[in-house]
Amino acid sequence: MSDKMHIKLNVNGEDHEFLAEPRDLLIYALREKLNITGPHVGCDTSHCGACTVTLNGKSVKSCTMFVAQANGAEITTIEGIGQPGALHVLQESFREHHGLQCGFCTPGMITRATKLLEEIPNPTEKEVRFGMAGNICRCTGYQNIVKSILAAASELNALSEDQKVEAAE
Amino acid sequence: MNDLTPEREERSANLKGLGCSRKRVEDARFTQGKGNYVDDLKMPGMLHGDFVRSPYAHARVVSVNKDAALALDGVVAVLTAEDLAPLNLHWMPTLAGDKQMVLADGKVLFQGQEVAFVVARDRYVAADAVELVEVEYEELPVLTDPFESLKSDVVLREDLAGQTTGPHGPRKHHNHIFTWEQGDETATNQVMDSADVVVEESMYYHRTHPCPLETCGCVASMDKVNGKLTLWGTFQAPHVVRTVASMLSGIEEHNIRVISPDIGGGFGNKVGVYPGYICSIVASIVTGQPVKWVEDRMENLMATAFARDYWMTGKIAATKEGKITGLHCQVTADHGGFDACADPTKFPAGFMNICTGSYDIPVAYLAVDGVYTNKAPGGVSYRCSFRVTEAVYFIERMIEVLAIELDMDSAELRRINFIRKEQFPYQSALGWEYDSGDYHTAWDKALKTVDYDGLRKEQAERVAAFKRGETRTLMGIGLSFFTEIVGAGPVKNCDILGMGMFDSCEIRIHPTGSAIARLGTISQGQGHATTFAQILASEIGIPADSITIEEGDTDTAPYGLGTYGSRSTPVAGAAAAMAGRKIRAKAQMIAAYLLEVHDDDVEFDVDRFVVKGVPERFKTMKDIAYAAYNQAIPGLEPGLEAVSYYDPPNMTYPFGAYVCVMDIDVDTGVPDIRRFYALDDCGTRINPMIIEGQVHGGLTEALAVALGQEIAYDKMGNVKNATLMDFFLPTAWEVPNFETDHTVTPSPHHPIGAKGVGESPHVGGVPCFSNAVQDAFRAFGLRHTNMPHDHWRIWQTANDLGLHE
Repeated sequence: MSDKMHIKLNVNGEDHEFLAEPRDLLIYALREKLNITGPHVGCDTSHCGACTVTLNGKSVKSCTMFVAQANGAEITTIEGIGQPGALHVLQESFREHHGLQCGFCTPGMITRATKLLEEIPNPTEKEVRFGMAGNICRCTGYQNIVKSILAAASELNALSEDQKVEAAE
Repeated sequence: MNDLTPEREERSANLKGLGCSRKRVEDARFTQGKGNYVDDLKMPGMLHGDFVRSPYAHARVVSVNKDAALALDGVVAVLTAEDLAPLNLHWMPTLAGDKQMVLADGKVLFQGQEVAFVVARDRYVAADAVELVEVEYEELPVLTDPFESLKSDVVLREDLAGQTTGPHGPRKHHNHIFTWEQGDETATNQVMDSADVVVEESMYYHRTHPCPLETCGCVASMDKVNGKLTLWGTFQAPHVVRTVASMLSGIEEHNIRVISPDIGGGFGNKVGVYPGYICSIVASIVTGQPVKWVEDRMENLMATAFARDYWMTGKIAATKEGKITGLHCQVTADHGGFDACADPTKFPAGFMNICTGSYDIPVAYLAVDGVYTNKAPGGVSYRCSFRVTEAVYFIERMIEVLAIELDMDSAELRRINFIRKEQFPYQSALGWEYDSGDYHTAWDKALKTVDYDGLRKEQAERVAAFKRGETRTLMGIGLSFFTEIVGAGPVKNCDILGMGMFDSCEIRIHPTGSAIARLGTISQGQGHATTFAQILASEIGIPADSITIEEGDTDTAPYGLGTYGSRSTPVAGAAAAMAGRKIRAKAQMIAAYLLEVHDDDVEFDVDRFVVKGVPERFKTMKDIAYAAYNQAIPGLEPGLEAVSYYDPPNMTYPFGAYVCVMDIDVDTGVPDIRRFYALDDCGTRINPMIIEGQVHGGLTEALAVALGQEIAYDKMGNVKNATLMDFFLPTAWEVPNFETDHTVTPSPHHPIGAKGVGESPHVGGVPCFSNAVQDAFRAFGLRHTNMPHDHWRIWQTANDLGLHE
């Protein structure tokens, strides 16, 4: 095969350096070289979103991006979104509102939702449905996913209001 | 005693037992990306397998040249049928009594068929090597139409040449598999001949695919030192896989351990045994290293487990007033190149004989002809009990067609034909005993909630406005009333490869009063770890939060037949309750000993045993558990454990009433679902939150199938929808919000009265969506048009009716 490339990535705040072939996909670099198995492969064609990660601030489907294209990037996967005991509001909300069943789409779904709520902090139901249309779930019918995201948005907005009040005080 | 005092209510609530919308225990790991799916497994020295697949639907394999592939750095082995033949593993038995090539043995019968298995250092090298295997094919005539297949001189299955009898009786033609007949043909024909009204309709239920988000895969690891084979995989029935693997490989069953880790959805796709599993096992035995095989999406859609593909012709007889007097159903079933349907052995067309639906039909006849074609094998129960989706679609369309013929309202037509509450248990004309039901109550509640009469009025006004040229949208009101048949099944008539379809639960109570329970089923998202603990909490008085549920490891779980056909709650759920009752029976003796009274003088009270009439004298389950391990109790063995193998006396029959309201843009063919109301009666409700989630999901898959999800073939046998670009999986944008509702008619024979719910919404949902589309055009003369109702086909329907003129 062709010569290997020297790749540097910052994933979930940690620096990684490794060799990869130019054709290696980002998803397999994450899953098989770095053992970050939260993002999944569902379709290989960018349709299902199970592989969604945040790359330099944007939602990206890591199954259709070469790791070489991501060289030097900052990446956040589901593993970097919350920790046991300090979960992200969305992680709590998905559990609270039964926004998942088999769990296979969930890492991509929550990762995408964190970005959606940055893009549109106070979304309407329609905006959530449109903004999440790149992530397929085969189990839930989306109703509870939408509910989870809307509830998380309310909670995050209430939190930021509190912070504003605190800052003003 | 036993009045619900507040104190007692509080103790009961602490258990989080039956009826509690308990949050799922599975979710902590899934929301943090810590699920453990098969492709997450990584082992030292693990190799990757990948298939060379046939580009042709029907061809002779003239030669396979592995040299170039084997010469590639990192390639360890390339297996072909020739390599498997000495082990007698080049063919494998199917669940339907047929056999299937593991790797192409002389010819291929469908596009995507497995021809060679490449084993390499990593998935990239394996994929490279697949390209380097040179296969020479000689094309043969392709048959993709089962009716043509039954007339053709082309012999698809040369291995069966001359066999005029198959596992399900006589074969009428070399491409014919079986004829399965149920009911009384003569009596049905007599009714047809003398009826006031007989309507006939033919319909095609298209081929589709369950398409769980995680594809199928496995890791096989043969430990040559101790002779043990471990197989991790996406198995909906791990114990059955172990038994099959043992029978095929000759490895004794105690030396095989099958583990289903977390499964990313199943929907029937993960019931069968696929060539990838066999090849991985062989490759691990040959190389002595673990071998992983995970199919990609295209392989999944092309080769593993299609669903449906039923050509159904019905005749329904009725009086002028609309009372149904007879039903005739003739099915031509396209099974593809091998008969690999996942049905209980004695039911080659599954439970298609539930096609009399929810109606009191005195006489009926069903005949199903299974046919070989050059399409992928499968025929799995995609989110339904065996072929029940086909059956319910059939009868719910026939009802609509009869309503059109009689110029009646189809809601009323259903009502006058429902099996009445007092008729249960009800013997159907095609051989089932429906355990319980209250259809009229459910139907009335549904129609009232949606203001059915108001909807019909609005629809009539819309039609009038359309005719006046004031609108270009039409309104469809879709109705369906379904009866599922789930929980296979009584061992006396249901088995898979000879294994009776019981299920099991084993419980161990720990000394400090917490517990572990293991079952023969396996969750693929249904939330078993949450709900089975709730059943046990109510049965044994230990909080659900203190009960661990384990499934899917054949070395630890008791033997069970797995999870499909909504059988987990009806069968394994019953086993859990029965095992719980055994625990309780022993706990009662321990409590009586500790309280120094006779066994009969104590009674169970939520989480404790109390002395009858003296509620202040009691021993909690925690006290009892400790005593079971730290005291010598005369006449009792130490410990507190139980196991139950449950053979259900009957299936359960959940039912439901669905209404869909949609607006259809006549010029674009785009439907807009503005309301969907789903009333489900699944008997006793274990966890309402999870039930609601299952209903949402099942309805969404119903929407998909009714409105576009299809595996289509061209004349050459090429699959036209083998990626998610072309295979319709709805997104959040296409799916509406669903209104859920329920009635509760407990199953009289299930220990807790539960019936199962995961598949009902799919079964009832498909005809409901389809009926809504077709109802929109009823006023313009449409009687029936086939699914899937994608935008183009809806537009075509409107065009055929002259609505674009």
